[in-house]
Amino acid sequence: MTMNRETLINSILAIALVAVPLIAMGMDEPFIITLATKVAIFAMAGVGLNLVLGFGGLVSFGHAAFFGIGGYAAGILASHALNYEPIMESPFLIEGTTQMIVIWIVALVVSAFVALAIGAITLRTSGVYFIMITLAFAQMIYYFAISWPAYGGEDGLSIYVRNGFPGLNTLDPISFFALCAVMLGIVMLFSAVLIRSRFGLALQGARQNAQRMTAVGIAPFRIRLVAFVISAMITALAGALYADLNRFVSPTMLSWHMSGEIMIFVILGGVGRLFGPLAGAALYIILEHLLGGVWEFWQLPLGVLLLIVVLFARGGLVGVLAGERKHA
Amino acid sequence: MPDAILSLSNITKQFGSLLASDDVTLDLRPGEIHALIGPNGAGKSTLIKQIAGEIQSDSGNIHFDGQLINEFDAVARSRMGLARTFQVSSLMPEFSVLQNVMLARQSVSGKVFRFFRPVLGDKSLVEPAMAQLERVGLADRAQMRAADISHGERRQLEMAVALALEPKAFLLDEPMAGMGPEGSKRLTGFLDGLRAQAPILLVEHDMDAVFALADRISVLVYGRIIATGTVDEIRGNEDVKRAYLGEEA
Repeated sequence: MTMNRETLINSILAIALVAVPLIAMGMDEPFIITLATKVAIFAMAGVGLNLVLGFGGLVSFGHAAFFGIGGYAAGILASHALNYEPIMESPFLIEGTTQMIVIWIVALVVSAFVALAIGAITLRTSGVYFIMITLAFAQMIYYFAISWPAYGGEDGLSIYVRNGFPGLNTLDPISFFALCAVMLGIVMLFSAVLIRSRFGLALQGARQNAQRMTAVGIAPFRIRLVAFVISAMITALAGALYADLNRFVSPTMLSWHMSGEIMIFVILGGVGRLFGPLAGAALYIILEHLLGGVWEFWQLPLGVLLLIVVLFARGGLVGVLAGERKHA
Repeated sequence: MPDAILSLSNITKQFGSLLASDDVTLDLRPGEIHALIGPNGAGKSTLIKQIAGEIQSDSGNIHFDGQLINEFDAVARSRMGLARTFQVSSLMPEFSVLQNVMLARQSVSGKVFRFFRPVLGDKSLVEPAMAQLERVGLADRAQMRAADISHGERRQLEMAVALALEPKAFLLDEPMAGMGPEGSKRLTGFLDGLRAQAPILLVEHDMDAVFALADRISVLVYGRIIATGTVDEIRGNEDVKRAYLGEEA
């Protein structure tokens, strides 16, 4: 019963994500709560990428662009609000904000438009070309951020006080964790519903056999473009939360290293598995802090692990634990 | 003579120095099975691809259902009611047999961009898809992965997907390929009844099936149609005997 085993693994992952910070709170270890928050946020970025990479079979190497756009949405809006400088005064007044909900909406809308433009061009290619062109677009945005002094350029932008959420003290680590965990839950639920829908069936069909899709009268391009946009929006939302976690945003969030990391979460955890990004992000953060504390070259074993997963365990961590996936 | 549902006039397609389609003119009339035969490499599959819109012809016109469809891509032609099957089964290997057919139903319904309702609980897709699986005798395989069923069953599934599109014409590219004698016989019987639903342009190497089914036969040799006629006319045609049938007889 592989299906049940996967459900069990997923439940354990979800419970662990909630239990670890609660225990850490009891032991007065706020740093561990921060790590768990980071896991939740990275997992969310991965859930976004997994939609196109795992279910759509589109290897986007440019998702840092959307992660960073989310981050800069938080940073830019907050900096204007905190400095009492409107973003625009004419023809009408647009002010900054320190409200997360507004920031999220801006992050979602901006990333959707950017993804629509990038997707409309990149999705006409496939394979290695798709990988390289998504990377190229992300790098363009990265260099744009570096050379734009108004928002800190290379040095980035600090968010002096974490942005607010109604009825919540976001500065309290466990409260902010709870917010991120709930958002992750919503995004994962949305993703689960999406892949079971008509659209999800078409998206997974386009991955398996574009010729057959065309022959039944469904154009893969439009399906993929919509998936790309939704995927970017989820990753941007994670980026906005990440900027608030660090109270800092810099071009690093936009760099290709970040794209690679998001991809690693998905691949380590299990491509096309609902809980894969959570498993991958958790494993990544655990490795980073267990190995990274004792050895500065901790990424070497990570690389070896990644190689093993790609060569021998295509289903990633979830795949190894839960067994082969049944049909979608 | 009833008006043709599909008609090709003076279709030409050249790959480098190879003339794959040389001034091909043929039509498909309501209620008929029109078989397209010819030796390997005669350009039969290339012609099917041009009709389906997967490759563009260099010149000539294709009319379907009263419209000039030269500029239509494969998606548009499929949506107009032109359903094709592939010589080598082209399916979604990771999907269940049922999901493969449901995808076609989804296309017919015109509602692909629905994001919330679970597709497997959608009776408006599941029921008509199951009905087509029953027609081809695959209902008991509905929950199996397409990758896990036998070759013959995959051929049947190809048929079910085409049927699910409720097309105005079928383009069948060697539906019997790789099927055992028993399977071929069953499919022959099935296609015989299918022509009442929509006419069939049938590319096939199995001459027993072709002679049993075809209302008309066109013979393609080196991209050129050398004869079109009834089974008896083709059997008696000297050019055809020399170019094609003679090799096998």
